[in-house]
Amino acid sequence: MSKKAIRAVKKACKDAFIDSHAEHGDHTVIVKPEKLLEVVRFLHDDPDMDMKHFCDLTVVDWPEREERFEVVIHLHSLTRHHRIRVKASVAESDPVVPSITPLYKGANWFEREAFDMYGVKFEGHPDLRRILLWEEFEGHPLRKDYPKKRRQCPIPFREDHPDQPPPFRERP
Amino acid sequence: MEKYEEKELHLSAEPMKINLGPSHPAMHGTVRVVVHVDGEVIVRSDAQVGFLHRGFEKECENSTWNQVFPYTDRLNYASPLLNEIGYALAVEKLLGVEVTPRCKVLRTLLGELTRIQDHLVCLAAMSMELGAFTPFLYLVKTRDWIYLLLEKVTGQRVMHSFMRIGGMKYDVTEGFKDEVLELLPKVEVTIHDVESLLVKNRIFIDRTVNVGRMTAEDAVYYGWTGPCLRSTGVDYDVRKAQPYLAYGDVEFDVPVGTNGDNYDRFQVRCAEMRQSMRIIEQCFDMLPDGPVMLDLPDISLPEKDDTYTSIEGTIRHFMVVMKGGVVPAGEVYSCTEVANGELGFYLVSTGGGGPHKCRVRAPCFANTAALSEMIDGGFLADVVPTFGSINMIGGECDR
Repeated sequence: MSKKAIRAVKKACKDAFIDSHAEHGDHTVIVKPEKLLEVVRFLHDDPDMDMKHFCDLTVVDWPEREERFEVVIHLHSLTRHHRIRVKASVAESDPVVPSITPLYKGANWFEREAFDMYGVKFEGHPDLRRILLWEEFEGHPLRKDYPKKRRQCPIPFREDHPDQPPPFRERP
Repeated sequence: MEKYEEKELHLSAEPMKINLGPSHPAMHGTVRVVVHVDGEVIVRSDAQVGFLHRGFEKECENSTWNQVFPYTDRLNYASPLLNEIGYALAVEKLLGVEVTPRCKVLRTLLGELTRIQDHLVCLAAMSMELGAFTPFLYLVKTRDWIYLLLEKVTGQRVMHSFMRIGGMKYDVTEGFKDEVLELLPKVEVTIHDVESLLVKNRIFIDRTVNVGRMTAEDAVYYGWTGPCLRSTGVDYDVRKAQPYLAYGDVEFDVPVGTNGDNYDRFQVRCAEMRQSMRIIEQCFDMLPDGPVMLDLPDISLPEKDDTYTSIEGTIRHFMVVMKGGVVPAGEVYSCTEVANGELGFYLVSTGGGGPHKCRVRAPCFANTAALSEMIDGGFLADVVPTFGSINMIGGECDR
């Protein structure tokens, strides 16, 4: 069933399609980032696909690749009972992909999380701000180059009180 | 009596902004809801999560495959075993192995026991938020019986860390079957008592029917799953749609609601517990003999005897602990039905000792995203019960 989905995407969005595979039975299409919304819209609207159930949206960081951020979307069809994974890679210099919130309300928080954790921007998102971390947080913690040991404290260190240790200390 | 000037008699008509949480006695879990109220009616709201963010994914990326298990316990801490099973199944899918028949049935059984436990907590919290304290005590007492049983089996009361890649740590204890079969009627009595106290209760009905309503169409677009989605009338259950473990061999029904309100979510959870009990009984009937753990030289620890008496065993133990085992490169999405809905693990392996990416698709996260829409236009007093009926668990939502 999902194989049919891959063929249909290939046929309908010819200029967006890059590659596809079906590792472990998970059918995947890799598309151009600027055409992401177009592909997702096809999967959403087409009666044979009917992928109305939003499942997941996340990003994978590949620091050694030129286009290091891979946006991964999982969609599911409740009527046809098939799943598909759509992937699109963007470079760090211009990490922008179109938002799929016009189609799926649920993508709102997932895109905010992806922005929060990786700094990928979603064009057309109604309210793109941090969700799990606080606004003043510097950097994007799930990027591979963000050091795990780095500490950021929401309350500034009390440097004017030398007798008092700072509330959080760097781990040795 | 002095006469007040007219302007003093009128209350301010401007909408007021109120912070509910993150640390509020009525809110269970750390979440903040910023509500704009006009009198008692909510005009606009913004749910803010993340207060329990512990960097689960970052921590997993820096761990070995086996070290992730204790972290998964702390996702949905009301039903830890279900999370462990979900993660174990994801890694096993990546490895291309299937666990032993006995382990399959035992995982199903323990998972269903945990599902009952999770629903008990959810219903307890929800009824208490409506002022019904007696059901809370009944339900929490029942949950404790399940905790006692699981403690006996796993050695841990709450955070079990019991599952392993390729099986589980031990077989169940002797007499486990009798104890569970003795417990189930007691759980049934509790559910019956709670239902008799609440389901036809005028106050409960007034406070829950048509409160926090969600349409089926919106629920699907929001990515809702589990009891919340089923309360809107969509009969989607991962256990039925893509049977895993022993779910293909057992008979059970998927209860669905009609209205998608708090009352339906309560009823769906009650009905689901009964189905879970049915599954447990069937599991005992079909429980085969045999080992519960596969021997996977690349990733599972050797027998303790082997480790201490043979050089191969020692080396294997060392390699698995220090290097983290070998999992072929690739990516996989595996989903299971946990108490709150579809828990998905999206794992990416580069062939190293640990995951390159360990994404958790938390059902709560998608469910809570719709909270704002559910409470807008309703009363301030209904925020907390609606929130309770979604069963948002901070550990899972914020990861």
